Amino acid sequence: MASILLIAEQYKGSLRKVTFNGLGFAKQAAEQLGLDLHILIAGSDVGGIADELQGYGAKAIHVADDSDLEIYRTEPYTQVVCKLADEIDAQMITAAATVQGKDLLPRIAGRLGAGMASDIVEMLEDGTFKRPVWAGSVIARVRVETDRKVVSTRGTAFEAPKKGDDTADVNEVDVSLDEADKVRVEDMEETKSERPELTEARVVVSGGRSMKDDKGVKMIEELSDLLGAAMGASRAACDAGLVPNELQVGQTGKVVAPELYFAIGISGAIQHLAGMKGSKVIVAINKDPEAPIFQLADYGLVADMFKVVPEMVEEIKKRKGA
Amino acid sequence: MKILVTTKRVEHYESKIRINAEGTGIVTDGLTYMINPFDEIALEEAVRLKGEHDAEVVAVSIGSDDATQQLRTALAIGADRAILVKVDQPLDSDCAAHVLKAIVEREEPNLVLMGKQAIDDDANQTAQLLAEYLGWPQATFAAKTESLESEAEKQKEPAIEVDDDTATVVREIDGGLETVELDLPAVISVDLRLNVPRYPALPNIIKAKKKPLDEVTLDDLGVSANAKVTVLGYEPLPERKAGVTVESVQELLDKLQNEAKVL
Repeated sequence: MASILLIAEQYKGSLRKVTFNGLGFAKQAAEQLGLDLHILIAGSDVGGIADELQGYGAKAIHVADDSDLEIYRTEPYTQVVCKLADEIDAQMITAAATVQGKDLLPRIAGRLGAGMASDIVEMLEDGTFKRPVWAGSVIARVRVETDRKVVSTRGTAFEAPKKGDDTADVNEVDVSLDEADKVRVEDMEETKSERPELTEARVVVSGGRSMKDDKGVKMIEELSDLLGAAMGASRAACDAGLVPNELQVGQTGKVVAPELYFAIGISGAIQHLAGMKGSKVIVAINKDPEAPIFQLADYGLVADMFKVVPEMVEEIKKRKGA
Repeated sequence: MKILVTTKRVEHYESKIRINAEGTGIVTDGLTYMINPFDEIALEEAVRLKGEHDAEVVAVSIGSDDATQQLRTALAIGADRAILVKVDQPLDSDCAAHVLKAIVEREEPNLVLMGKQAIDDDANQTAQLLAEYLGWPQATFAAKTESLESEAEKQKEPAIEVDDDTATVVREIDGGLETVELDLPAVISVDLRLNVPRYPALPNIIKAKKKPLDEVTLDDLGVSANAKVTVLGYEPLPERKAGVTVESVQELLDKLQNEAKVL
């Protein structure tokens, strides 16, 4: 039977949380299109991860375990996915639109002659897709014209499915890579942070240029840590050198969709809104009552962050203690 | 060395995008246009590399006659030549990749530099598809971590370095920065954090008018416009229900705990 193939993503032996959101889409698509669900996990020493993917209705979990796959590289992963896709007659190949997913999926689409829908947020009954365009200002409905389709899913647009007790076959993929790769990974400098990843956090606290200096940054950090939140920032705050660029939320940074998003001292430029408007509950704190961010916020507080953020920290501590 | 760089014409990033009454496109009245900001960064990097390597920089845009404006800007910024691939309708990423492949086969550059995505359709596919169709290696999301006003940025340690046979690229990935070395020829897509694009100087804008700008059609290139992805229509974002203004930290936390139940 024809199938849908979800490419699970691991980093240093742990599954990325968004893989489960992607799995939510894959499961839905499998049912809607009458396809068998197959999952691929690739890496080195990743056999143990296969267990974590059990219980989601997959027919088979394919494990591509090879030292050449330890660090993600485009060409080896493309070869593994395309070979498997042919073997299991995959009509749809999907993954979360992470950096890896964005790098890999178009390459697969090109090799398989498939059309690709990027960053989708919904699949409709007729098999067409909805995806945000113009930095999330509007939604486009698109149709992929090829029989075989490649689809990347946006962050948390799909809910992670509940784990059941079904068991999928585990298949060891025979990894045989053609030709020497033309890309060599020389170095990897990890971002050091105790906080959760921006794109995976339940709560995100973002600060804008109004943080002004280290003192303001520390305030936002303290609030983030108190809430177990990821810290984010506006492009203006990153450009000003207040915080590192990898904290940037927006069209030109990370796209986040947490349950709770705090925009503090952020006016709400279109490019920032594009990165966070998918959040479930949005809180805006800004001393300018005309700031565009208030039009999007569920709860708005017109106030100076230097006054209210310390107040919030104290009050949350008090409530936590109670 | 020859570097090919893409310069797509897009709506200015500060534009308010509205959908037309039929839902078939956007309202273009009053919009201003620019080189796709990510392509601008690719162009800046190409011009920087040209300074180091005595390279020729060729800018290419796929679009209507209007895209000539963006190509003239690219020439003023430092491209040596420009090519307009004239099309009546926007192409999907796959067609764009086939067009660029045909251009690469004519021009035989050592390096193609492109924005990671265009800020209109946000697809983020063309660089990867082009690399695949050429059988070339790719490095996506070339970036730096330094903030734009930091000391390190001012010292300009480049994230892309090239020699005769290889390019070394620092790229942003989930969880950090990766440095890769790839064999040339190659396709590199760039992220926001690579550099700060320059503005064209007035004398250069005047000089740019004399630089060569060629026009080609899909027929000239032997490429057909068969889209693999079709846009059926546009719709506004789902409405968010109107928010409320709270007066104090106490009230805010009460509402988050008891009403929204997210704290």
